[in-house]
Amino acid sequence: MSALLLRDLRLALRAGGGFGLGLAFFLIVTVMVPFSVGPTPETLAVIAPGVLWLGALLACLLSLDRVLALDWEDGSLDLLATAPVPLEAVVSIKALAHWLTTGLPLVLAAPLLGVLLNLPAPGYLWITLSLLIGTPALSVIGTFGAALTVGLKRGGLLLSLLVMPLYVPVLIFGAEVARRGASHLPLEAPLLMLAGLTLGTIALMPFASAAVLRVNLR
Amino acid sequence: MPDLGKYTDTVLSAYGVSLLLLLGLLVLTLRRGAKIRARLREVEHRIERNG
Amino acid sequence: MSIWEYANPKKFLTTSERLLPPLWGLSAVLMLGGLIWGFFFTPDDYRQGATVKIIYLHVPAALMAINAWFMMLVASLIWVIRRHHVSALAARAAAPVGIVMTLIALVTGAIWGQPMWGTWWAWDPRLTSFLVLFLFYLGYIALWEAIDNPDTAADLTAILCLVGSVFAVLSRYAVNFWNQGLHQGASLSLDKEENVADVFAYPLYACMAGFAVFFVALVFYRTGTEIRARRMAALIARERMAADA
Repeated sequence: MSALLLRDLRLALRAGGGFGLGLAFFLIVTVMVPFSVGPTPETLAVIAPGVLWLGALLACLLSLDRVLALDWEDGSLDLLATAPVPLEAVVSIKALAHWLTTGLPLVLAAPLLGVLLNLPAPGYLWITLSLLIGTPALSVIGTFGAALTVGLKRGGLLLSLLVMPLYVPVLIFGAEVARRGASHLPLEAPLLMLAGLTLGTIALMPFASAAVLRVNLR
Repeated sequence: MPDLGKYTDTVLSAYGVSLLLLLGLLVLTLRRGAKIRARLREVEHRIERNG
Repeated sequence: MSIWEYANPKKFLTTSERLLPPLWGLSAVLMLGGLIWGFFFTPDDYRQGATVKIIYLHVPAALMAINAWFMMLVASLIWVIRRHHVSALAARAAAPVGIVMTLIALVTGAIWGQPMWGTWWAWDPRLTSFLVLFLFYLGYIALWEAIDNPDTAADLTAILCLVGSVFAVLSRYAVNFWNQGLHQGASLSLDKEENVADVFAYPLYACMAGFAVFFVALVFYRTGTEIRARRMAALIARERMAADA
């Protein structure tokens, strides 16, 4: 299993693996925001937590089709399905690899991009923390979406359509934590809900993803 | 026609849009049903003839 | 005689053929009766004026929007557990009906909200939940359309429906937490005190029953269409195979 993780990470880091594209997208979106809403520091400060969360979510979403597509094309998914490792573990590893190569860089980049959006000082801690807690859920849910659409030729748009509604609760609680953190409000409740969502999805979603993948590999 | 007062437009447009949507759904459903039914009959006939 | 006999497509077709005319008739009587009763023969509300008449469309549509999803969930479960094709096709047949009901609830709500709340749209929990439900329907229908193999499509959409149901409930909860609402509480409940007045309630019951029967009739009819489409595809495939041999 760790061999699988290492292999996925190496593939992602190699050129053409798409590593860094999500990060670049996150940067671009953040830069575009002041162009669309105007450069007023007060406005930017108000929307900064939400924009950072939305940008991270979109960057995550756009890199999802790479989670399984390459392995599907060269047939290594069929091999993995017959390997002595349960498919549930395989999709969990895939989600972990996606998070390490996409989610974690986004978490680390978010405070830097916060500077561009005039994020209030206490917000830096909370945007990082809320993304750190929330992005694993995005990767796990996204892997389910990737498994659903893996056999389709043009699955990209459909993948977004399927995954976005599933992201709603995570986005609400995550952005709520960041927003409340930025304006000194109590935030235990959304923080706990976010953590609960992440733990719940990590525990349960691999079963759904594996079930879907089995259907697609039939 | 009951007197709807200042809300005439509101009420009538709500009824109009809803009935339009319901009728549209009904018509599309029936049309596709009839089409599939006719085509199935055609295919069944062809297979019967050709054995 | 068990309910599973209707899982046989032939049996389903003959039975639904027999049931459909009375169902269409009953839904027409109830819906037209309820709507005409509500529209022409109920007084205006003292606060909402004539806009109260929109309730006869809004509440039944909203009710059926949720019940349709629930029916799809049950049908998907039956498909996953017992592998009856009719069940999977019924779930597929219900989705477009559900999305139209959701749309009616959203549109009539917006039209009513404009004079009453002074806005077409507010990010109220109930409104937002319905918008999210709409997105779930869209994704579900799009997934059915995207996959060629019918059994694969049935399996994948069934699992999406199960997972989606869990997330729909989570979204409802999250949205409640995120914004307190403008929307009034339930219009009808067993708790008598906060119900709408009887003058409005009886035509509303008629409309709700009418929408429900209409939904059942539409789903029966559409399921029959799907069964025939499946049979046609199978016949054509067999024919082609015979020609190739």
